[in-house]
Amino acid sequence: MLILTCPHCGVTAEETELALGGEAHLKRYGPGDSDEQFEAYMFARKNPKGVHFERWRHAYGCGKWFIAARCTVTLEVFGTYPAQTARPPADLLAAIRAKRPSADLSDWDAATPEDAQ
Amino acid sequence: MSEPQSALPGRRAAGFATVAEAGLQGMITLRGDLASPVLAAAVQQATGCAMPGPRRIVQAGDRAAAWMSPDELLLILPHADAPGAATALQAALAGEHALVAEVSDARAMFAVTGDKAVQALAKLFPVDFAAMEPDEIRRSRMAQVAAALWQAAPGDWRIVCFRSVAAYAFGLLDNAVRPGSELTA
Repeated sequence: MLILTCPHCGVTAEETELALGGEAHLKRYGPGDSDEQFEAYMFARKNPKGVHFERWRHAYGCGKWFIAARCTVTLEVFGTYPAQTARPPADLLAAIRAKRPSADLSDWDAATPEDAQ
Repeated sequence: MSEPQSALPGRRAAGFATVAEAGLQGMITLRGDLASPVLAAAVQQATGCAMPGPRRIVQAGDRAAAWMSPDELLLILPHADAPGAATALQAALAGEHALVAEVSDARAMFAVTGDKAVQALAKLFPVDFAAMEPDEIRRSRMAQVAAALWQAAPGDWRIVCFRSVAAYAFGLLDNAVRPGSELTA
């Protein structure tokens, strides 16, 4: 059983109160993007063994979207944060790096979202 | 004009706790910027209640203001007063980015009372009741339907759900309070 804390209302909710929304931080390019970029946005998904960022909706509660960083192997939850952001909070990334030095967080190596492009 | 009817008028069930359909209840959904002083004044005007903090319900007599999400409140008031209060709110919030909807007849409300009422609710809600504050409102699910619950007084729980699922909700509660099905003595 996965238990997540909604960052909007503070409720510690278990899985059945929430709805999964798939991989977080997908980037849609465009207008004028290439077919490859659109295909990647539409279909390409990470399937990591380890740290994963996922969108969740507190469907039976406050109804808001948030993002959870968790481990797909151990179900350890590193943290949750509101979905209205382009990148994970720096303190959360630091905590994950400290706990899982081998995790692939290369998407977030750059200091700002603009640098990440 | 036809007489308003609640979802399951007068339905009651008694077991180790008592379940009763709570009758007609006025409810207004108010969405907007909860930090706005104009909105807070409008809530005060309609219910006599201060703006509730996150997940809190402020009760004053037969009226209450409940925090439903970061941009939504549920105002609870007598059924007959709801249409007038909704109109007054609409006027008070002119110019604000806010939405007022009277939802009295879209909802059903139940009262579950008794010292062991929480044991019946614990069977149906995925909620940590030990961690719940007396003035907390919790939106969650009751078995398979969305519901919210709070305490009007210690041991006096109120549950609201959609009217369309009132019969299902009553059936759940009726079953959960059957004598002999207590979780602890």
